[in-house]
Amino acid sequence: MDQSAEQFAIRVSGLVVGFGRRVVIDHLTLDVRRGEILGLVGASGGGKSVLMRTIIGLIPRQGGEIEVMGTGIGSTFDRRTQAAAGRWGVLFQQGALFSSLTARQNIQFPLRENLALSDALLDEIATAKLEMVGLTPEDGDKFPSELSGGMTKRVALARALALDPAIVFLDEPTSGLDPIAAGDFDTLIKTLQKTLGLTVFMVTHDLASLNTVCDRVAALADGKIVAIGPMRDLLRSEHPWVRAYFHGKRSLMLQPKAS
Amino acid sequence: MATAPQLTATSAGDVLELRPSGSWIAANGSDLETLSNAVMPQLEQAKSLKMDMRGVSELDTLGAWLLEKLSRRAASHDHPIEIIGISENNAGLIEEIRQVNRHNPPPPRPRNPIVTKVEEIGRSAWGSSEDVGVFLQMLGSLCVALLGIVRKPRSLRLTSLVYQLYRVGWQAIPIILLITFLIGAIIAQQGIFHFRKFGADSYVVDMVGILVLRELGVLIVAIMVAGRSGSAYTAELGSMKMREEIDALSTMGLDPVVVLILPRVLALVAALPILTFIGSMAALYGGGLVAWFYGGMGPSIFIARLHDAVSVTHFEVGMIKAPFMALVIGIVACSEGLRVKGSAESLGKQTTTSVVKSIFLVIVLDGLFAVFFASIGM
Ligand SMILES: Nc1ncnc2c1ncn2[C@@H]1O[C@H](COP(=O)(O)OP(=O)(O)O)[C@@H](O)[C@H]1O
Ligand SMILES: [Mg+2]
Repeated sequence: MDQSAEQFAIRVSGLVVGFGRRVVIDHLTLDVRRGEILGLVGASGGGKSVLMRTIIGLIPRQGGEIEVMGTGIGSTFDRRTQAAAGRWGVLFQQGALFSSLTARQNIQFPLRENLALSDALLDEIATAKLEMVGLTPEDGDKFPSELSGGMTKRVALARALALDPAIVFLDEPTSGLDPIAAGDFDTLIKTLQKTLGLTVFMVTHDLASLNTVCDRVAALADGKIVAIGPMRDLLRSEHPWVRAYFHGKRSLMLQPKAS
Repeated sequence: MATAPQLTATSAGDVLELRPSGSWIAANGSDLETLSNAVMPQLEQAKSLKMDMRGVSELDTLGAWLLEKLSRRAASHDHPIEIIGISENNAGLIEEIRQVNRHNPPPPRPRNPIVTKVEEIGRSAWGSSEDVGVFLQMLGSLCVALLGIVRKPRSLRLTSLVYQLYRVGWQAIPIILLITFLIGAIIAQQGIFHFRKFGADSYVVDMVGILVLRELGVLIVAIMVAGRSGSAYTAELGSMKMREEIDALSTMGLDPVVVLILPRVLALVAALPILTFIGSMAALYGGGLVAWFYGGMGPSIFIARLHDAVSVTHFEVGMIKAPFMALVIGIVACSEGLRVKGSAESLGKQTTTSVVKSIFLVIVLDGLFAVFFASIGM
C-alpha cells in the first residue's frame, strides 16, 4: 500500500458518468482523506446521488478511476467491489429499508450476515444502535411502512452504522429531521468519527451540518467539483454557483457569522 | 492494525481486575462475546470491579457495549466500579454507550398455545367473512362508478380502457390459442384412444364439441386470464398503494375506482368472451386435427358430426359465463391489490391470494352455472 492509499479513503479521478447521451458527471476528480467528514453540496438533480452511487459501484461509469481504501472499484458490482463493500455503510436517500423486516431486524441484518453472535447480543446491539440514533427500543418492532420519514432515515443510519464500517456514505441524512434531531445526528457522527476514525462522505443541504461537522465541503456543479475546502474557504469562493448557494437569500438568513 | 482481542481477569481478594486488550471491534465479534461471557462467573463472585482499558487498541460500538455490559453487571449488585485508562478518543463512544439500553422493554408475555390457536381460528373465520364484505363493497363501488359513467359518458377513461383491452385481450391471444389448441388435441386423442375399444370413435366429436363449448373453453381461458392479468392487476395496484400513489389520486379529488379499477374490470369483462370464443375455436381445431391424423376421421365428416352433436345452446352456455367470470377475476384482483400493506412481502402474499382466490371462485361459479343451466334445461 503506498502513501496515498494510507492518506486517502476515496480517490476519484477523471470520472465520467452519463445516462444515454446525457453526461451527468463530467471528468470529476475528488479525494476524500481518511478520517474526515466530507460534505458534498450541489443543485438538486446535479448528480450528487449519482456520484455517490457510482463510487460504491452501483452505477457503471464511462471513464475514470475510483479507489476506495486502496481497492479499485469495478465498473459493475464485481467481487472486488463486494470485498470493499464490507468496509462501508450506506444510507440511501429514500432509506431503502427492507420492507418485510422490522426496524430491529433491519439493523441486525448486516451483523447477522457477517458475524456469528448470539441472538441476545444481537438484540442488545440493535437496541443500542436504535437509541444512539435517537429512537426508542419500542420503535424497533415497527415495520418500515409504520415509520415516519425522519424515523426511516434514522433506522437507515443505524443500519449503515451496524458494523461500524470504516467509511459511511450518507445521502441527505438530515433532510426530513427536525433541527433537534439533526443536531443530535451531527453530534453522533462527530463522536463516531473521533472514536472509530470513521470517514464520512455526506451529501447534504443542511448548512448547520456543513458548518459544524464537516471538515471539508465539496461543491458539485456542471458535473465537476468546482470548489473544495473547509467551509471558510467555500464561503470566500468566487465561483458563481457556489456564491449563489452560500450567499443566496435563504443561506444568508441562516448563516452564522462564520466568515 | 487489528490484533486479537484478549481479556485478562485477575482476582485479588474481593476485587476483580479486568484488563481488556487488543481490537475490541465488530470484526472479532464472536471472540469478544466468548471472552466476556467467560468472565461473567468471576464477576458474580467479586465484590468490586476494576477495569483497566489501557491495552485496548481499537474500540467500536460492539466492543464498547460488551465492556459496558460487564460493568453494568457489577453495578447491578451495587459493587464499586473503577474504570481507568480510557483513551481520549474512546471517551465519547463509551459515554454514548452508557446512555443506551437502560430500560429494557418487558419481555413479551408467554401465551397459552391453545388460546393462541383458538384466536387464530377465530381471526381467520372473521377474515373470510370480511372477504365477502370486501368483494361486495368493490362490486358496489364499481356499480356506482358505472352509474356515474352512464350519467356522464365523458368521464369514462377511454384511453386507459383501450390500453387495458390491448394488454389483457390482444396480447393474451397467442398463449390462449396455443394452450386451448393443445387441450382440444389432448382431449380428442384420449377420447379416440379409449372410445375405440367400444367402437365408438365417432362420439369423440360429441365429447370434444360439448366439453369445449360448454365448459372447458371458458374455464381454461378464465384460469389463464386470472393467472396472467389478475396477478398483474394486483401487483400494479398493490405497488401503487405501497408508494402512496393511490392516496395521491384521492387527494386530487379523483376516485381510484373510476380512474384505475373500472377501466381494468371493464377491459376484462369485454376481453374474456372474445378470448373464450377464440380459445374454443382453437380447441375444436386441435380436436379436429387429431381426429383427422390420429383417428382417421376426415375434416368433412368431423364438421358434419359436430353440426349434429352441438347446438347453439352449448355455445351460448359457454359464452354467457365468460363475462361473469371476468367480473369475479377483476374484482378479486383489484380488491386484493388495494389490501397490500407497506411491505414487499405483503405484495407477494396478496398477489398469490388474488390468483388462488379468483381461480377458486371461477370454478365455484362454473359449478353454480351448471346447476342453474341444468334446472332451466339449457
Ligand atoms: N437511473 C437513471 N436513469 C437516467 N437518469 C438518471 C438516473 N438516475 C439519475 N438520473 C439523472 O441524473 C441527474 C442527477 O440525479 P441525482 O444524482 O439523483 O441528483 P441529486 O444531485 O439531486 O442527488 C438527474 O438529472 C437525474 O434525472
Ligand atoms: Mg439525490
